[in-house]
Amino acid sequence: MTLPSVTGETIVTPAQGRGASIRVSTIVGGLLRALVLALVAVVLLVVLLTITGQRTGDALIALVNGAVGSWYAITSATLVRAVPLALAGLAVSLAFRAGILNIGAEGQLLAGAAAATFASLAAPQLGVFVIPLLLAAGCVAGAAWAGIAAFLRQKLGVLEVISTIMLNYVAFHTVGYLVRGPLQESTHVFPQSFNIDPRAQLPLIIPGTRLHLGFALAVVIGIALWWWLRDRAGGFRLRAVGANARAAASAGRIDVARTTTVAFLASGAIAGLAGAAQLSGVTYSLYETISPGYGYTAIAVALLARLNPLGVLGAAVMFGALEAGANAMQRDAGVPEVLVSVVEALLILLVLAADRWRTRSVRMAEAST
Amino acid sequence: MIDAFLEATIRWATPFALAALGECVSERAGVINIGLEGSIIAGALGATIGAGVFGPTVGFAAGALSGVLIATFFGVFAVALRSDQIITGTAITMFSLGATGTLYRLIYGAAGVSLSTPTTGVFAVPVLSSIPVIGLALFVQPPITYVLYFAIAGVAWWLSRTQAGLALRAVGERPEAAAAAGVNVRRVQFGAVVFAGAMAGLAGATLVLAQAGTFVENMSAGRGFIAIAIVVLGRWRPLGVAAASLLFGAAYTLQNLFQSLGLAGVPYNLFLAVPYVLTLIVLSLSRSGTSSPAALGQKEIVSR
Repeated sequence: MTLPSVTGETIVTPAQGRGASIRVSTIVGGLLRALVLALVAVVLLVVLLTITGQRTGDALIALVNGAVGSWYAITSATLVRAVPLALAGLAVSLAFRAGILNIGAEGQLLAGAAAATFASLAAPQLGVFVIPLLLAAGCVAGAAWAGIAAFLRQKLGVLEVISTIMLNYVAFHTVGYLVRGPLQESTHVFPQSFNIDPRAQLPLIIPGTRLHLGFALAVVIGIALWWWLRDRAGGFRLRAVGANARAAASAGRIDVARTTTVAFLASGAIAGLAGAAQLSGVTYSLYETISPGYGYTAIAVALLARLNPLGVLGAAVMFGALEAGANAMQRDAGVPEVLVSVVEALLILLVLAADRWRTRSVRMAEAST
Repeated sequence: MIDAFLEATIRWATPFALAALGECVSERAGVINIGLEGSIIAGALGATIGAGVFGPTVGFAAGALSGVLIATFFGVFAVALRSDQIITGTAITMFSLGATGTLYRLIYGAAGVSLSTPTTGVFAVPVLSSIPVIGLALFVQPPITYVLYFAIAGVAWWLSRTQAGLALRAVGERPEAAAAAGVNVRRVQFGAVVFAGAMAGLAGATLVLAQAGTFVENMSAGRGFIAIAIVVLGRWRPLGVAAASLLFGAAYTLQNLFQSLGLAGVPYNLFLAVPYVLTLIVLSLSRSGTSSPAALGQKEIVSR
């Protein structure tokens, strides 16, 4: 079975890439693209609101207010929601770059959140050192959860799309078990864990808001990943494998199995970190619905950013705003919040269609010369 | 005891077999439709609406039609535009889960309102239903299960014995050769995707009209993805797919049995995870090897 490359990118070696530092046109192009996508998202939303017979004006006002209406809305609603989307989006884009269709960020995120909850139990002994421990636990658990799918892919040829989706369901039900079993709060009334120790909670980075350290982590990891993919030999190998595994193996003598497995595990680790950061930065306790599908939205984030880590950060903020706004829309205008996932899915499809249209016109131009 | 177990197994296996049979045809034509889950949930909502107004029979038709609608959407992107099949399918599933959730809340009010839909009862086939052991299991079922029997036989015959079936298999194995022989590859693939959508829509309708008697958001619960695994386990053959579905029917039966027995102290969540773990095990044990259609997932007609 052939699995097509998702990216269809042209590979630039680090040596070629290094000379050309970030060109202004690239940045302008990226911003323009973001602007167009944001506009398309709003247009789609307006169309959907209108055909479903909502009070479009009220809904849009609620959306804008909820997303960017105040300093508090920007920092504590939009940016806080952008954190798990950015981290999970980076996880997805890293895997997709290597040609691995990891649809399992959701499950890896849940595994990370559960592991972080366990690690937070050590807070009385470790004090503030519990924070690095629980973040590391999240990474390890996410990588391990992805590792199951990586193993099945490598050793038994199981399509990772199906295995990661199955693992998402297993993770969801396992968290459901944990919060009714070993991790349940001591009164045994609610299906959720105890609140984690204050010493295990991520510090806030802007006083008076809810924006936590996870945001800074996401930005740092995004920039690091961007630099690594662009300038380092490892990043080059990963992109080469993703673009054409057979060519990478024969022409580049790249160990494809090793590269894809490492990328898969790293992707899981970042998604696990997203879960740990969400737990210790936002919810402070574990429950089944700790992720309203961040791992799935992350796929839209990664694709809209064309798998570019810097783009992922931008797309995550955009989707964070969209989801924060949708939440306000449901609260203030009675519009079902799930409408946003329709917008997200349509955006993915439009981006796919636009990319296909572009490659086709490029090919036609090449054919005619 | 054993006949009750077999009866429940076939009842639970029916939606899996319906969806997997459709996916089987789609994959034999070279298209892997990850959007199957989307067609199932659309079928479930379509059936709820249709049955609420006109009764169960119209409900099934509305379910199939809703599944077709979502599959057509998938086909436009994945077949006509040749976008990546897997990403497109994932997006289509996201779209369908979001759209059904939105529509459900708009039509039936806020989530949590309990809603009951007319369901089809069981129909005992005269004479056959009194066969010992298997009579009850095979012939005292809701009508949709009998439709399934005919569909399995029909698809098996059509794929292996007709000119059109041969053309479809050629498209999935060697699209360039099929195209050279005058087969319209995209039309065949689009047709196969639409058929898969109809079957998945029927599967969704079955969940509502022959099992739950109500619609719940996300009630498809990954059945579309499990159906894709069933196709692998069934070696891309209709009869194999039907047999593989029985395994999942049995798993759901046991899961419900254990849940109702309430095994001391074991939370029900662990049982809920069983079908998904089973899918992983099944995929690990079944090597796709040479039985997988050669051009499965391939974007371009003319390769290399």
